[in-house]
Amino acid sequence: MINESFGVVREVVVLALLFVGALFLLLAGVGVVRMPDVFTRMSAATKAATLGTLCMLCAVAVYFNDFGVTVRSMLVVAFVFMTAPVAAHQIGRAAYFIGVELWSGTRLDELRGRYDAETHVLNSHTTKNNSASDETHDTD
Amino acid sequence: MSGFLWNILLALAWVGLNGEFTNGNFIVGFALGFLILFFARRGTDGRTGAPGYGRKVWQVTGLLLFFIKKLIVANVRVAYDVLTPGYRMRPGILAVPLDARTDLEITLLANLITLTPGTLSLDVSNDRRTLYIHAMYADDPEAVKLSIKHGFERRILEVLR
Repeated sequence: MINESFGVVREVVVLALLFVGALFLLLAGVGVVRMPDVFTRMSAATKAATLGTLCMLCAVAVYFNDFGVTVRSMLVVAFVFMTAPVAAHQIGRAAYFIGVELWSGTRLDELRGRYDAETHVLNSHTTKNNSASDETHDTD
Repeated sequence: MSGFLWNILLALAWVGLNGEFTNGNFIVGFALGFLILFFARRGTDGRTGAPGYGRKVWQVTGLLLFFIKKLIVANVRVAYDVLTPGYRMRPGILAVPLDARTDLEITLLANLITLTPGTLSLDVSNDRRTLYIHAMYADDPEAVKLSIKHGFERRILEVLR
């Protein structure tokens, strides 16, 4: 009796996790189409996808309820959570550096003019040389 | 960190003594190991002044729960913007002053910021004083910076120092 009701609860948990995971993975895909520029697109795509993957792998762990499977799915989660943000960060940084335009609704850009185009050095304050080029490089 | 490794070793010892590799056994072993370490290393470490194992686990759990809460709330917010017509976001690139100093602290902070939907870390200045992030909801830039400094950064420094 107890085992039976436990089985039902487990099934409901697995179903809920699978549904939420699939939903977020779908949202990641829709987000890539809907978002206006590369930065917001990275935001929509990577995060929803990592949360979706997390839900899916939790569902796998609960469904099999086996030590080996649990450890493996938790390791996959750990690696996805360690690597996905690094990839997103690198794509975002490269996009900014080569001058991909920001969406017209972007209201603030505190990074503008702080890169040294030759040495790739990034300053924490605007330097004199770069502030002159600020006015010519307008994102709108 | 070494406390956590000891905890896993104690849990494995328990699993080995039981002879059955199951989730339940591992969890019981981990809980028992935690109790042992909690009593063995309470108070502060006399040599380094680091807080005891119980306190550390409490802080890490706090950071984890805080992160999961942020992850879900922010995901729903971005999902709403993705699904409904028009854009409610006001994106901006913000310069967040850093208190984190070491590679590990900055990497962890940047990764957690990137994992939270709506914010994306772009780069760290060469003198390690400023982290540049792209935020989708920068209606109030100062408030976003403050919430990162008092939320993620404070908790990360608590855990790592």
